Amino acid sequence: MSWVFLLVALPLGGGFLLPLFDKRWAERWLPRGSEALTLALTLATAGLAFATIGWEGIYRMGGWSPPLGINLVVDGLSSLMLVVINSIALLVTIYSFKYMEDYTPTGKYYSLFLLMLAGMNGVILTGDMFNLFVFLEIASIASYALVGYRRGAVELEAAFKYLILGSIGSAFIIFGVGLLYAATGQLNMAQVSRNLAGQGRGVIGGITAAFFLVGFGLKAAQVPFHAWLPDAHSSAPSPISAILSGVLIKALGVYCLARVFFNVLGIDEIEGNILMWGGTLSMVVGALLAVGQEDLKRLLAYSSISQVGYIVLALGMGGIMLSRGEQALASLALVGALFHLINHAANKALLFLASGAIEEQAQTRQLGEMGGLFHRMPVTGTTTLCGVLSIAGIPPFAGFWSKLIIIVAALWGGFYAVATLLIATSVLTLAYYMRVEREAFFGAVPERLQKVKEAPAAMAWAMGLLAAGAVGLGVLYLPGLREMVLQPAMNVLLEGLRYAQMVLGG
Amino acid sequence: MPEKEGMSLIVKEVARLIAPPIFIFGLYLTLTGHLTPGGGFPGGVVFACGFILVVLAYGGKRAFRRLPPEGASKYDSGGALLFLVIGLIGSLVGGHFLYNFIQAALPGTVFHLLSAGTMPLINIAIGMKVAACLFMVVMALTLFRLAGEKGGES
Repeated sequence: MSWVFLLVALPLGGGFLLPLFDKRWAERWLPRGSEALTLALTLATAGLAFATIGWEGIYRMGGWSPPLGINLVVDGLSSLMLVVINSIALLVTIYSFKYMEDYTPTGKYYSLFLLMLAGMNGVILTGDMFNLFVFLEIASIASYALVGYRRGAVELEAAFKYLILGSIGSAFIIFGVGLLYAATGQLNMAQVSRNLAGQGRGVIGGITAAFFLVGFGLKAAQVPFHAWLPDAHSSAPSPISAILSGVLIKALGVYCLARVFFNVLGIDEIEGNILMWGGTLSMVVGALLAVGQEDLKRLLAYSSISQVGYIVLALGMGGIMLSRGEQALASLALVGALFHLINHAANKALLFLASGAIEEQAQTRQLGEMGGLFHRMPVTGTTTLCGVLSIAGIPPFAGFWSKLIIIVAALWGGFYAVATLLIATSVLTLAYYMRVEREAFFGAVPERLQKVKEAPAAMAWAMGLLAAGAVGLGVLYLPGLREMVLQPAMNVLLEGLRYAQMVLGG
Repeated sequence: MPEKEGMSLIVKEVARLIAPPIFIFGLYLTLTGHLTPGGGFPGGVVFACGFILVVLAYGGKRAFRRLPPEGASKYDSGGALLFLVIGLIGSLVGGHFLYNFIQAALPGTVFHLLSAGTMPLINIAIGMKVAACLFMVVMALTLFRLAGEKGGES
C-alpha cells in the first residue's frame, strides 16, 4: 500500500496548483481547467479510498518507523471514513460545476475545496497526535474561508463566528495533545496508547480527556458547543454546506472522538456517559430547534446537530458497554453509530444539495415562499423525498435500519430513558421533515414560482446518486457486505488496544 | 498619518539600513536549518518581517508597486508545490513519501553546509511558503485598511 499518501498529496498538490494558473492565460487556453483538474483529483481519491477497503497496515513517511516518524494508518475505520468523505466530495464536485458558475473566482473555490479534502483525508489517515492537529487545522481553515465565500454581510459574520469558535476548539485540542505529550513523552498515537496502558491514565490522562471532549465536541457541534453550526452551514454555498454537514463535522469531530477515546486513551464509563448524555442532549435540542425554523438551510443545519447527536450517543453507549465488559452489546451500539454516520452523510449531503437546487431555481430559502415545487422540479422533489424519508427513519430506507440498531442496543443495554428519547426524537424528526415536504413540495404552485425549472443535469445527477444511497445503503448491514465495511470498522473500536499492536507490532 | 507617504525620514533611513541584514539573516536561518536551530519556518518569518518593515516604513502603496500580491501568491503556492515534488520524488526513488533520496546517494559530511540530503531543499521550500504567506496576511490586513480609508467596500 505504497500509495496511501496520495490521498493527501493529490488534493494538496491540486489545491496549490490552482492558484498558480494565470487567470487570463487559463481563460484562453484552459477554459474550465480548474473544474477538470478538481474532477480528476476527486475521481482519483475516490478510487483510492475504495481500494483501501479490506486492507490494514501502516505507511511510513520518509521510511521512518512508527514511534520516531509520522506514519499513516489504514484500518477498517479509516477505510470507512475515507470512502464516505471521498465519494461525497466527488459528487459535490460534479454538483459544483453548475452551481458555482455564478461565483466569479471559481479557481479559488476549487483550491480551498481541495485543501479541505486533503485536510480531512489527512485527519483520517494520520497516526500521530500532532499531525492530526495540523490536518485538522488545514481542513478547518479552508472551511472558514469557504463559509464566507459569498462575502455578504451575513456570510462574513457566520464565517467569523465559525472561525472564533473553531479556533477555540483547536486550542483545546492542541492543549490536550500537549498534556498527552507531557504524560507519555510520545506523540505517536499507537505509542501513546501503549504507554498509557502500561503506566495508567492518572490525573493528566483525565484532564486530557476533558480537553478533547470540549475540543472535538466543538468540532462536532455537540450541544452546548453547537452555536456556530446553524450560521456556518446555512451561509456557505450549498455544495460546501453538503460537505460541512455531510462529512466535515464527522471527520473532525466524531471520527476524532472515536479514534482518540477508543484507540488512544481507552474509554472508561464516565467518558462513555458524558458522550452518551451529551449526544442525547444534542439529539433532542437539535430536533426541537429545527421544528420552528423558517429557513430551509437552517432547518437542515439544526437537523445535523440532532443527527450527529445520534452517532455520538451510540458511540458513548458502546463505550459504557465496553467498560462493563459487554462485548456483544457494545458491538451492536458501535455498528449502529458507524452505520448512522454513513447514512447521515449521504442523506444530509443530498438534502443540502437539494436545498441549493431550490435556492438556485426558485431564488428563496424561506419555506413560506415555496410551494408545489414537486410539479416544477420533479427530480429534486423525488430525491429530496428519498432523503427525507431516510433521515426520518421510514422502514425500507437506509436511515431506518441504523436508527433501529441504535434503539435496539439502547433497549438491550438497559438505557430505557435514552431509548424513549431516541424514539421521541425520531417522531419529531419525521414531523419537521414532513413540514418541509408539505410547505415546499406539495400543494399549489404560487404565482411567483410558475416559471421555475428543474435543476441542471450535473446537479440532478449528483442528487440522484445520493438518493440511490438514501434508498439502498441499508444493504450495508446484510451479511456479506457487513463483513466488508461495517464489521472491520467496528472491530477497530471494539478492540481498542489492538490499534497499538497493529501499528507497532509485537 | 497619510498612508502614501509612509513614516518619517528617520524611520525610512533606519529601515533602509537594517532591512538588508534582516533579509540576509532570514536566508541564513533557512539555509542552515539542518545544522543549527532555525529552519524554513523561522527563516521565512524573519524574511517576511523584513518585507513588513519596508511596507511599514515606506507606506503600503509604494511597497505594493514593487511587490505585487499576485507575485507573493505564486511564491506561496510554489513553495508548497516544491515541497510536494521533493516528497513525490522520494516516494518514486525510495518507496516512501519524503524519503531522503539525496542522502542515500551523496551522504556528505555531517555538520557541513552541503549535507543532510533533501533537508536543505525542504527548508528552502518551507521558507518560500512561510515568507510569502505571512507577507500576504499582513498585506491583506493593510489592503483592508486602505479600502476602508477610501470608504469603499472590502
